[in-house]
Amino acid sequence: MEITSRALWTLVHGMGFGALYLVAFSGALVELYRFSTVSPASEIDPGRERFVKIYLLTMVVLAWAAVLTGAYVIYPWYRAVPPSGTADLSMYPQRLLMAGPATSGWHSLGMEWKEHVAWFAPISMTMVAFVFIRYGRDLKRHRQLRAAVLSFAVASLVSAGIAGFWGAMINKYAPVQGGSTIQLSRGDEK
Amino acid sequence: MKMQNSTASSGGPALTDGSGAAAILAAGIGCFALSVLAIAGDKWAAIKNSLVFYRPTGPLSGVTTTAILIWLMVWGILEWRWRNRSVAAGRINAAALALLFLSLVLTFPPVVDLF
Repeated sequence: MEITSRALWTLVHGMGFGALYLVAFSGALVELYRFSTVSPASEIDPGRERFVKIYLLTMVVLAWAAVLTGAYVIYPWYRAVPPSGTADLSMYPQRLLMAGPATSGWHSLGMEWKEHVAWFAPISMTMVAFVFIRYGRDLKRHRQLRAAVLSFAVASLVSAGIAGFWGAMINKYAPVQGGSTIQLSRGDEK
Repeated sequence: MKMQNSTASSGGPALTDGSGAAAILAAGIGCFALSVLAIAGDKWAAIKNSLVFYRPTGPLSGVTTTAILIWLMVWGILEWRWRNRSVAAGRINAAALALLFLSLVLTFPPVVDLF
């Protein structure tokens, strides 16, 4: 069993950072909502509040790690320009997708949207974490801030969901390939 | 926008909402800046070329780096101005959410193609 270094980076970006970020959302939204509705605010356990702050900070790190590895590690491989006359475009995913009318939409709609909308996730989540860390249980006193924080958190989820969906589909039709081969395990010979 | 001095609510003194509103509005502006830069880079070759900060990533590097700098600068300025104040949080949040919604719409390629 083996994997190429580029495929491994794609896995780390998508399944490691991106998917983990999306999975973490259910917990974050529940906790943000709970902290916004529990009454009175003094009933909130300080230990739980500290846990949610660390949880949100971890999500911020995951979101930034996802967009930065996407933009600066994987995207250059995706948009690499083949030498003129190259017939096999399998190492050039963007060109491979754009070569056929049945696949060009994965780039012109999918990647063009994903590469920008994805950045709303870390920006929004950084704000959400900052406001929660700053206000903590006191957020309950600020209805307007609470509503905006929850809205931005949902927008962050939507942005990450859009980016994740298109990323998975694009990698299905034109996977990023190449780089050194990493041997994960040696199968039994038949 | 209407500003007041520090506030207090039931249960004792509370943090003012200025700091939170600053972070929220800055996030909206940052997202909006990113979508506007993305459209500008898509429509004008000169802007596209000027946004290539890191050649392998292309204009995306400049679009995102510039938007992040705008976001952080706006956040810093607003935080400095509003940190200890109560602000018109309702209007500020509405503006931030409107900018966020516009940003989501303006990054959708069929909408970008309308410009």
